[in-house]
Amino acid sequence: MATTSDAGDLRLAGLTKRFGAFTAVDDLTLTVPRGSFFALLGASGCGKTTTLRMVAGLEEPTAGHVWLGDRDITRLRPYQRPVNTVFQSYALFPHLDVFENVAFGLRRRKLRDIAPQVERMLSLVRLDGFARRRPAQLSGGQQQRVALARALINHPQVLLLDEPLGALDLKLRRQMQIELKRIQTDVGITFVHVTHDQEEAMTMADTVAVMNAGRIEQLGRPADLYDYPATAFVATFLGQSNLLAGEASGPSGGDVLVEAYGQRFAVPAGRARSARGRVFLGVRPEKLHLLPAASPVPSGHQSVTGVVSDSSYVGVSTQYLVRTAWGTELAVFAPNSGSEPPLAVGTQVCAHWSPAHAFVLERSPEEGDRTAPVLDTPDAVGVVP
Amino acid sequence: MAYRIGRWIADHWVLGVGLVVLLYLFLPIAVVAGLSFNRPSSRLSYDFHEFTLDNWTGVCGPAGLCDAVLRSVQIGFVATVLSTVLGTLMAFALVRHRFRGRAATNVLIFLPMATPEVVMGTSLLALFVAGGISLGFWTIVIAHVMFCVSFVVVTVKARLSGMDARLEEAAMDLYATPFQTFRRVTLPLVLPGIVAAALLAFSLSFDDFIITNFNSGTTVTFPMYVWGASQRGVPPQVNVVGTAMFAIALLLVLATNVRRRRGARAG
Amino acid sequence: MTLLAGVGAGPRGQAVPPPPRRPGRRWLPYLLLLPGAAWLILFFAAPAVQLAATSLYDPGGSLTTGYAMTWAFGNYPDALRAYADQLFRSFGYAGLATLIGIVLGYPLAYAIAQKAGRWKNLLLVCVVAPMFTSFLVRTLAWKTILSDNGWAVGFLRDIGVLADDGRLLATSTAVVLGLTYNFLPFLVLPLYASLERLDGRLLEAASDLYASPVRAFVKVTLPLSMPGLVAGTLLFFIPAAGDYINAELLGTPNTYMVGNVIDSAFLVRLDYPQGAALSFLLMAVILAIVLVYLRRAGTDEVV
Repeated sequence: MATTSDAGDLRLAGLTKRFGAFTAVDDLTLTVPRGSFFALLGASGCGKTTTLRMVAGLEEPTAGHVWLGDRDITRLRPYQRPVNTVFQSYALFPHLDVFENVAFGLRRRKLRDIAPQVERMLSLVRLDGFARRRPAQLSGGQQQRVALARALINHPQVLLLDEPLGALDLKLRRQMQIELKRIQTDVGITFVHVTHDQEEAMTMADTVAVMNAGRIEQLGRPADLYDYPATAFVATFLGQSNLLAGEASGPSGGDVLVEAYGQRFAVPAGRARSARGRVFLGVRPEKLHLLPAASPVPSGHQSVTGVVSDSSYVGVSTQYLVRTAWGTELAVFAPNSGSEPPLAVGTQVCAHWSPAHAFVLERSPEEGDRTAPVLDTPDAVGVVP
Repeated sequence: MAYRIGRWIADHWVLGVGLVVLLYLFLPIAVVAGLSFNRPSSRLSYDFHEFTLDNWTGVCGPAGLCDAVLRSVQIGFVATVLSTVLGTLMAFALVRHRFRGRAATNVLIFLPMATPEVVMGTSLLALFVAGGISLGFWTIVIAHVMFCVSFVVVTVKARLSGMDARLEEAAMDLYATPFQTFRRVTLPLVLPGIVAAALLAFSLSFDDFIITNFNSGTTVTFPMYVWGASQRGVPPQVNVVGTAMFAIALLLVLATNVRRRRGARAG
Repeated sequence: MTLLAGVGAGPRGQAVPPPPRRPGRRWLPYLLLLPGAAWLILFFAAPAVQLAATSLYDPGGSLTTGYAMTWAFGNYPDALRAYADQLFRSFGYAGLATLIGIVLGYPLAYAIAQKAGRWKNLLLVCVVAPMFTSFLVRTLAWKTILSDNGWAVGFLRDIGVLADDGRLLATSTAVVLGLTYNFLPFLVLPLYASLERLDGRLLEAASDLYASPVRAFVKVTLPLSMPGLVAGTLLFFIPAAGDYINAELLGTPNTYMVGNVIDSAFLVRLDYPQGAALSFLLMAVILAIVLVYLRRAGTDEVV
């Protein structure tokens, strides 16, 4: 088994998995740089777990290859790969105590000096003193840390995490997100983290790949993905977006012009995925600002007018719904910074934004405005071309 | 007050009936235990007569009784080992593997449990007679293994399918070869089911009468001894054996229960 | 037991899904199945076929002169005519015993499943425990309980249910009572498995929707416990119909069931063709009942 010193990047080349007529993973190609924290993000059923299992060796790909550095590990069995997994259900061996669970991989590889290594690893995951307990006696969070220790102790070239925080409550999840990030930075191993929680992916990962129906829609740094999404799916899956259906009429100066609902908007060319034809004009709710209808709009900003139809006080912000003249309700998030009182329902307002915050995406013919967040259902997955 | 009594009755009458039925189930056992201390007035009498400990001290008094018990234990042991092995292998195939002919296999395993013992016993007898095989110890063992296998399969299957298959994946992810996975993870977790199946097989074998009767020739097992004795008069030592069987089995079951509960708690 | 596992097998009520395809040796499952399947085919299936053949032998033959295969289908109506009483008696006794068993066993199963709380396991052991004592020894104990000088008969005579010289032993009543007793755990256990899965909150919902306890039982509990009830009934009826020990020990030749006749045919009169024909008649009726069950439940649920 290769040691960590000649570890390399994890490369998936044309990876495909078909179950009968159903294609779970469709010609996936990506590179995970060595030592990075990589997140595979998507809704249930998008193929992210299947991809992970193919890297672990628990599923055989229908086509394609998995490379670790310059080693093709596609045909290797799981116990022959320098890859370990933290399972979603933890999969701790119920008949062994914590010590033996963590030591399991070391024993199979017939390594010596197991006890000090186990103790060190238990310290790393903050479970000192738990060595002789049984999994059944541990809480969810503790079990998760044992599963992590059990995988990490083998110093794999890649650590795979299959939605490991899914079963934890919110506070614990936040804690573990920070823990995992810290451990990854300390240990320097490549982490591949599969999750459906976009906040989790953005918080922890250096690179995020958004998956939908077996394909990657966009791959990049979380900020890049959020700031300039590639498709309507990414725009609505990662955070929330207001997407207005319109037609792009081509470049003009350094901008792309978009016509929607009788108005003309300009978006910088570098923020448009398409310059002609059916498009979405997208602005995120927190980039929209509300002014009373008669007020002047700051120079350079673009705007639409409407009526406040809903106002939800969420503590850190107030979330408005603004109904436009053509009936769509735009979402607007206004921080409760204390400088202004919230707007009442029924107020005539003007929602404005800086063009640098807008983006233009391709739109398929049957799609209209989209302003609600994507729900975690198969239907939502299938909507985007 | 009457309302409270009424509610209590409404909530508890089912439990009451259940307990009555349970007592009914134990009534003959109590009688057997009582009779084991009984000195009957005559060979053919089944009534209580006089208390005595002689039956327990002289349990091998009646000719052939202890031989029959020994024979039953021997047959039980061999049949248990064979049927447990065969049945466990089949259970693994059914739960962990895909293969063609699954429905046919299920039917083949199910049928012996649905067939009356008379039919199974007589069909085996007809086979042995047609094949010229002399009846005795080994024909009994063959018959017992035949009807025990199905019960072993069901018991082990239940335990095995309750075991999370992802534990085996986790083991392989942690460098365990398939053989190591089986030895270190699967087997320890299935073992209680296998043990339960073995105990079930032994008790089925020990207690079997009908199939044994048809295929035993001159060999005498404990149930056959009792059957024969029921014509001539059953010696009270038979009840001693019956009570002892009950006590041993009960202790075994309670012990495994306690052990399992303690294991889960302390770890 | 088997049907116990079949009652709502796998996760909550669905049939057990077939296992995922495993990478590696395709022949392994066949190898695992081979010894057991071979044993069953050799010592269960083949003998059954042999028995079918035996039932068609010339009835005029014997063990000493040998049997000739003459396709004597007439053995069947002959056996039916000769022993119709015993056949009907078998199904009648077994059927009656089943009904009594349900009346006794349902409350017990329900009590353990829903009302026993932390005593559940202990009570289950208590249901199974009587089976630890030998079947024959237990049945002989009934001879003591139902004996003419025993308190049971005495009590019944006192309250007038029995005539002054009435007996319980050597009557069909005793046989039915014996059958009910001996196979009751087989009825209770699958029924318990089914009732144990019953979510108490369903009954709360029924109560919230204006159902009286009786209606809630009829409309909710009973239908949901059907798989267990059917399984338990089968596991009770099948061995009961073929039993002859109870009839022999607790009854008289007038209460003989078909099992007694088969026993004497093979071991006393040595009339193999007739015994085989009777066995198959018994088997045919039982198979018919089982097939109906299999059709409804599917074969994966059964084992």
